[in-house]
Amino acid sequence: MYEHDVIVVGGGGSGLRAAIGAHEAGADVAIVTKLHPVRSHTGAAEGGINAALREGDDWELHAYDTVKGGDYIVDAPAAETLAQDAPENVVQLENWGMPFSREEDGRMSQRPFGGLSFPRTTYAGAETGHHLLHTLYEQVVKRGITVYDEWYVTRLAVTDEDDPNDRSCHGVVAWDIQTGEIEGFRGRDGVVLATGGDGQVFDHTTNAVANTADGVAMAYRAGVPIEDMEFVQFHPTTLPSTGVLISEGTRGEGGILYNGEGERLMYEYGYATNDGELASRDVVARGELTEINAGRGVDDEYVHLDMRHLGEERIVDRLENILHLAEDFEGVDGLENPMPVKPGHHYEMGGIETNENGETCVDGLYAVGEAACVSVHGSNRLGGNALPELLVFGARAGKHAAGEDLGEPEIPVGKTEGDEGIEESDVDFPVEPGALAASSAVVSGDSPEGVVDAALEAETERIEGLLEKDEGVNHADVRSKIQKSMTDNVNVFREEGAIEEALETIREAREEYEDVSVADKSRTFNTDLQHTIETRNVIDTAELIAMGALAREEFRGAHWRKEYQERRDDEWLKHTMISWNDGTPELWYRPALLEGENQTYEPKERHY
Amino acid sequence: MSTQTPDTDDSDPQAERMARKDERAAEREEAASTPDVGDDAITLKVFRYDPEVADKQEPRFDTFHVPREPGITVLDALIYARDTYDSSLTFRHSCRQAVCGSDALFINGSQRLGCQTQIADLNDSETVRVEPLPHREVVKDLVVDMDHFYDQMDAVEPYFSPKEDPDGEQLQSRENREKIKMSTRCIWCGACMSSCNVAAGDNEYLGPAAINKAYRFYFDEREGEDRQEERLRIIEQEHGVWRCQTQFSCTTVCPKDIPLTEHIQELKREAVKQNLKFW
Repeated sequence: MYEHDVIVVGGGGSGLRAAIGAHEAGADVAIVTKLHPVRSHTGAAEGGINAALREGDDWELHAYDTVKGGDYIVDAPAAETLAQDAPENVVQLENWGMPFSREEDGRMSQRPFGGLSFPRTTYAGAETGHHLLHTLYEQVVKRGITVYDEWYVTRLAVTDEDDPNDRSCHGVVAWDIQTGEIEGFRGRDGVVLATGGDGQVFDHTTNAVANTADGVAMAYRAGVPIEDMEFVQFHPTTLPSTGVLISEGTRGEGGILYNGEGERLMYEYGYATNDGELASRDVVARGELTEINAGRGVDDEYVHLDMRHLGEERIVDRLENILHLAEDFEGVDGLENPMPVKPGHHYEMGGIETNENGETCVDGLYAVGEAACVSVHGSNRLGGNALPELLVFGARAGKHAAGEDLGEPEIPVGKTEGDEGIEESDVDFPVEPGALAASSAVVSGDSPEGVVDAALEAETERIEGLLEKDEGVNHADVRSKIQKSMTDNVNVFREEGAIEEALETIREAREEYEDVSVADKSRTFNTDLQHTIETRNVIDTAELIAMGALAREEFRGAHWRKEYQERRDDEWLKHTMISWNDGTPELWYRPALLEGENQTYEPKERHY
Repeated sequence: MSTQTPDTDDSDPQAERMARKDERAAEREEAASTPDVGDDAITLKVFRYDPEVADKQEPRFDTFHVPREPGITVLDALIYARDTYDSSLTFRHSCRQAVCGSDALFINGSQRLGCQTQIADLNDSETVRVEPLPHREVVKDLVVDMDHFYDQMDAVEPYFSPKEDPDGEQLQSRENREKIKMSTRCIWCGACMSSCNVAAGDNEYLGPAAINKAYRFYFDEREGEDRQEERLRIIEQEHGVWRCQTQFSCTTVCPKDIPLTEHIQELKREAVKQNLKFW
C-alpha cells in the first residue's frame, strides 16, 4: 500500500493546482493519473482565463456575468468565490512564468469573450490551456511532488454506512497500466477527484478519448450525489470532421459566422441582435443548428466562421494555433477561406456535488474542475470560466484537504431529510435506471488501512473477472452504441420521446455490458482492459445526463426542450440531484442559491 | 429569451431547400452504405510486440486493411484496426489534435504524430508502416518507455525562477514573449529525441527537447542574470549543447515547427559569450 497525506486523482489543471495547494499547506501529496500530466486535456483549452484584473472591471461584474450566463441556476457563493479568487490565481500563474500574451506596456493581454460585460479573458495566444498545464506541471516538478503517471484509479476506498453523509473516504485503488499491478493508495487526510469531463458519452466532441468521467462514476457509485448533469455545453465552433475546437477567441477577435446563403446568421435571424457572434455559447449553438436544420447550412452540416478580414498580422499574433488546427484537421487555410464549423459536445456543467472548499458529503472526499459541480456554471458555462474554476477551486480543495481553514462554506452538500427546499422528483422513467443487480462500490473495514485493503480486494476481483472471461461483448461496441444514441437523442435540441429512447438504449447497453470481455489477456499496457473499465463509467454518466434531461421540464441555458419553450422559474430554480442509492437511483432537487454577499441575483430575461 | 425551434415554415424557397437537403441526405446515405473496406483500402502494417504473449515475444508486423475515408489520419486508421479487428492493438493517444503529444510514432520511416498525419499526404499512401519511436525501449506494440525522456526534461530544472519575489504582475515585453514563443510550444512528444543520432549514441545527452526547455527559461527576461548563469552551467555540461552536430533531424520532425537546432546553436553562442566574460 502506498501512503500519502493527500491523494489527487488526475493530473490535468485542477489536479495539479490541487496538489500544489496541498503541498503549500504542508501536506505530503501525490498525484495518481492515467495519463502523464502533460497529456491531460486541459492542454487543449484555447481561449483564456476570466479574471477581473483591470481598472473598470471588478469581481462583482464577473460574478454577475457568470450567474446570468448560467441562466440563474448558479450558486451565488460559488460564482462570487470564483470571481474574487480568480485575479490572484492568474497573477500567481504569471509569477510562475506562464507566457501570457502581452500588451505594448508589458502587461498581460485580455480580450472579449461571449457573455462578458468587460473584456477580461486573459490569454496566451489561442493555446492558453497548453501553457497553463505546462506551467502548473513545472511547479509540481519544482516542488518534488510525487506523480504516479499511467496509474489508472478504478475505485474509491469508501466506507459502507447506510447514509452516504456518514461515509468516509480513505484512499483509492489503482492499477499500473504499464505492468498490470493493482495497488491500494491510502490518503490520510483526503482524496481529491480531478478526473475531468465526459466527452466520450457523445460521438462528436472536442474532448480527448481519455475523458470518460471516471471520477463522476466512481463518486456516484460510492453514494455522492451528482448534480445538474443534463446541462451539457455544445460548443458552437468545432470542426465538422473531427470535433476539434476552434476557440471562441476567434469570435472574440472579430470572427463572423455566416450561414450557407452568406448571411450573418446571428443578426439576420434574430438569435442575438445585440451581441451577435459573442452571445453566450448555448445561444450561438442553437442559432447555427436552427439554420442547418432549416436547410440554410453549408452542405447541410455546418456554417462558416470567417476571420479573413482580421488580416494576417493579427491572426498570426493572436490566433496562430487556429490556423494550424484548421489546416491539419480540416484542410482549410483560414487566411484564404472561411472555416467550416458546427456545434459539438464540449463541456459538462454538472458533476460531483461539492461546496466552495471542494468537499463532498463523504468525509475526506473532494472533487474539483470539470468533474465537480460547485455550482459555478449553472445551465451554461461562459467561455473563459473553466480555467479560473480549476485554479480557484483546485487550490481551495488542495489546501482544505491539507488542513487549512478556509472558513465555513455556504453551500450545503449531501441529502439530509428535512433540509430546507429538498424535494423528491416524481418523474417516470421508461425503464428502470441503475444497476442490474443492486450494488454500491463501498466496503467495510475496521481501520482506514482496512478500508483500503477491502477496496483493493473487491477491485482485484472485478478486474480479474473481466480478464478471465473468454468470450463476450467488446466494450467498443457498447460504447459506440451509447455515443450514437446520446448524440442522436440528447443533443442540443431535446424532446421527451428521444430522451426516453436514449434511456432505453442505455438500459440495453447495461445489459450488454454484463457480458463484456477483454480479448487482450496481457498484464502489460492493457488498453483493452482500460477502455472496458472506462466504458462502464460512460454508461453511468450517459444515464445521469439523460435522466436529468427527461426530468427537467423547462428550457434553461444549454437545456432546450421542445415541449417546454420557457424558463420556468416558479418551479425550476433548483438543481437536479441524482443519488445512486445502492443501485436504484433516486432523483431529487435542491434550490439554487441566489443570495450573494451584497446582492440577490434576481432572475431576469437573458438577452445578448 | 431567444427561443428557436428546429421546426421551419413552409415558404416556397424553404420547401425547395428542404427538398434539396433530403436529396443530398439520400446520396450520402447511399455512399455510406457501400461495402466496407473498398478497392482502394489502405494497407496498414503495424509493429507488434508483447513480452508476455507467446506469439508476440518475437516482434512482428501485422497487416490490417482500412477503408480510405477522405482526410483519414494514421491515428484514425489505427483506431479502426483496433476497434474492428484486434482490440489488443496497443498505442497511446488522447486529444486527437496534436496537443497532448501522446502519439508520436515512426510512420513510413519518420517521426510524426499519428493524429496530425493524413495518410493521403504520405509519400506512400497505399501501404502505411507504423512502428514505435526508434531508440526507445518498446513496452508493447507501439508504446515506448518515456521515462528517459522525462528524466532528461527534469535535468534542466524545467521551471521558472523569478528575479526576485514578484509583487503582483511582472511585466514582459512583446518582443521577449515573441522571442520565447516557439520554444513554449513543445508538447513533449519525444519525436526530436527519437530522431537524433547523437542521442542514440549518448544516452546522457540532454537532447533537443530538454535544451529547448532550457532555452525557454534562459531567454525569458523575467528570470535574472544569476539564474541565466546557472542555466548555462547545466546545458554546457559534457552531455549538453556541445554534443549537437547540427544535423537538423530534430527540427525536421518537430510537429510544432520549433526551430530546435537554431535554439541549440543560440545557446552555444550564449555559452561562448559567457565564458569570454571571465577571460
